[in-house]
Amino acid sequence: MSYTTQTQTSMEAAGESAGNEFLAFTLGREEYGIDILRVQEIRGYEPVTRIANAPDFIKGVVNLRGTIVPVVDMRIKFDLGTPTYDQFTVVIILNIGGRVVGMVVDSVSDVTTLTPEQIKPAPEIGTTFDTDYLIGLGTLDERMLILVDIDKLMSSAEMGLIEKLAA
Amino acid sequence: MTIDMSQFYQVFFDEADELLAEMEKLLLALDVSAPDSEDLNAIFRAAHSIKGGAATFAFTDITEVTHMLESLLDRIRKGEMALTPEHVDAFLVAKDVLTMQMDGHHHGSSVDQAAVDNVCQRLKALSQGAMADAPVAAPAPAVATAPEPVATPVVDVDGNCRFRIELPEVPQKDVDALATELGLLGTIEQEALDDKRAVFILTTGESQDNIVAICSFVLDPDDLKITYHAAPTAASADAVPGTPAEDPGYGIFEPENSPATAPQVSTPAADAAAVPAGEVKNYGRRATDKEGASQESSSIRVSVEKVDQLINLVGELVITQAMIEQRIAALDPLHHERLLNSAGQLARNTRDLQEAVMSIRMMPMDYVFSRFPRMVRDLAAKLGKKVEFVTRGAATELDKGLIERIVDPLTHLVRNSVDHGIEMPDKRKVSGKTEAGKLVLSAAHQGGNIVIEVSDDGGGLNRDRILAKAKSQGLPVSDTMPDADVWQLIFAPGFSTAEVVTDVSGRGVGMDVVKRNITAMGGTVDIRSIPGTGTTIAISLPLTLAILDGMSVKVGEEIYILPLGYVIESLQPAAVDVKEVAGQGKVVKVREEYLPLIPLYQIFAIDPRFEDPSQGIIVILESDGKKAALLVDSLVGQQQVVVKNLESNFRKVAGISGATILGDGGVSLILDVSALLRSSRQLNADPVFF
Repeated sequence: MSYTTQTQTSMEAAGESAGNEFLAFTLGREEYGIDILRVQEIRGYEPVTRIANAPDFIKGVVNLRGTIVPVVDMRIKFDLGTPTYDQFTVVIILNIGGRVVGMVVDSVSDVTTLTPEQIKPAPEIGTTFDTDYLIGLGTLDERMLILVDIDKLMSSAEMGLIEKLAA
Repeated sequence: MTIDMSQFYQVFFDEADELLAEMEKLLLALDVSAPDSEDLNAIFRAAHSIKGGAATFAFTDITEVTHMLESLLDRIRKGEMALTPEHVDAFLVAKDVLTMQMDGHHHGSSVDQAAVDNVCQRLKALSQGAMADAPVAAPAPAVATAPEPVATPVVDVDGNCRFRIELPEVPQKDVDALATELGLLGTIEQEALDDKRAVFILTTGESQDNIVAICSFVLDPDDLKITYHAAPTAASADAVPGTPAEDPGYGIFEPENSPATAPQVSTPAADAAAVPAGEVKNYGRRATDKEGASQESSSIRVSVEKVDQLINLVGELVITQAMIEQRIAALDPLHHERLLNSAGQLARNTRDLQEAVMSIRMMPMDYVFSRFPRMVRDLAAKLGKKVEFVTRGAATELDKGLIERIVDPLTHLVRNSVDHGIEMPDKRKVSGKTEAGKLVLSAAHQGGNIVIEVSDDGGGLNRDRILAKAKSQGLPVSDTMPDADVWQLIFAPGFSTAEVVTDVSGRGVGMDVVKRNITAMGGTVDIRSIPGTGTTIAISLPLTLAILDGMSVKVGEEIYILPLGYVIESLQPAAVDVKEVAGQGKVVKVREEYLPLIPLYQIFAIDPRFEDPSQGIIVILESDGKKAALLVDSLVGQQQVVVKNLESNFRKVAGISGATILGDGGVSLILDVSALLRSSRQLNADPVFF
């Protein structure tokens, strides 16, 4: 329960405050951005322990300093790029409402500050992500960042990371 | 059957001390004109918990006082009676008496029975609303009437007070005996007065009450004169003997309203006495109570977080150590002999450290369970019932933090079961049951949880009565509520359907406390009840930390942990012993018994090394009386593993009860054996989960 409320408040905060910082990463040829405050750390890819009968994109679990953390591969989930695992593969460890999740992406580029004016509403079509999970499109000179509402995405039923809370 | 209860005493005393301190704090902070009902409830609960604990250990004197205290508090908290300062005073006195009784049981110090009786009378008088008729400062000994000694005790740097104890005329041998007794409290000096009477100067952290309590063994406390002795400076030493004692007891110290006496007792050290009396007492005890000191220092109470942190750090250390070991394994033993030796030593030390740290937290459930048989027996005898008490899974290890906190709720539940659940023998006979009711207390690891069940074969919960009671209490209920929701109503504060409030149960605090405590531990309480057949209350606690003896098995490239408790044996079956059953799966013949075969590779969709059971290894598992054979590729080894919850960052996974971290830092999943066995009954080629 507390989890949901936290998510909501963080979303509100994200919407209101001017000049948010976003961590930019790439999946295939697309560039994405997520709220930097949700990022706990960035690590290299380590072998995971597979979880039987879990969807493909859930790679498994890893030990993060004594905590068991699930790792999802966004490239598989959204069918972007080729899921290769080498020393350049990056895992973004997210901390969302106290839950820790690892997210595999192709690469991480930089942290950028976007003012609300730079964030345009996302079009109804044209992205792999359901627009529900998008904050908008961030424009930065020639670059365009697809800003993902990572809280909403990771807690969605689609990701299946969290059991539906009993009413 | 005799049970050594002494091992639990310390826990009870520790808890009771905390509860009493809490009670005092709340009482002192209570606003008499407008008491906060939450505070009153908290005081009430404290009294109730002490009563429960005391009853468990058959400290009837403590039970008596707390029961009285509880009755009065109950009326006040229900608004039947207005809180007055007299009440608060009486409660504080009762608290002091309880402390004294507790010390009596704990350290064998003496208990002033007159004070106990007096406080009981006082509480009774108050609860009958006859306060006016009960002379507070009755002929009773002063312990009861003395308000807390707020006064200005002379406290030295160690938190000790110097008391001057003037004895009446008593035989010399009594004086000597007393001197020895009092000497245990602190340092004592003896002087003689002109009229041959003896005077002790006692430096102690004990309260005046305790001194009086000790003296009352040999002489009438009323004849005793105790004054706070000045610090050993010549000037003030003179002043003290002259202290006017209007009261024959030692109620002399109420300097807040008798400024005239204040200068006599005030000394250079008097400023330090601004510390509230309660604090001084505790502080002083630690410093001087030799008797208690050895016992108290034998255990310390550390916050759970600190231990958790320690465990996590050690876990890190173990992994780091394993990494070092792996790296240096490649080194040339000739050139790096000393490095390798040191690394070997590090490995041993790390392992010892890990074991030691782990053992801090884990305790078998037996620690809790073994205190119940006696309680159930006594309760049953008291109520005229026959109860057969059975415990199961007493070896299940549970986190110490959880064990300590599960005691109170379990005590309530067991009492409730005996009191309300199990019927009287004649009634049982009429309904065709055995005369003796059966009460089962069980503990088991189930999935990622530990489930503790209190189960009786009594009358079950009465749905109509609960609903009627809920309506009368104004709770939002409807007649069409599902049973499960109805049962949950009994957890509402102040809810009890028992006809009579006894000192066993029926006040309706119990279940409220049970629910509160368990929710605080992150657990849930479920009730299953069938009218006429019995009630089972299941407490499910999350496995925040538990150690498991595990057997690691390998299938394909994956390693899984089997809880060793479920494993009976492992073997390689002969090809002829494996039979196909109607295309629905295979069975294995082991010792003239056909067991269903569960191929792990099939369930978890792994690419195995062996699909043929006669090439791999089968592990015979047993859970809930059902056996099955689990097919794996090979056995890896046995080890103790720390169970980590998978659900804290992920969700529940079918067939998996948790995860653990292996020595190399990798994660291995722990199989949920009971779920595997449950599924084996419908096992076929289809995946059993989902």
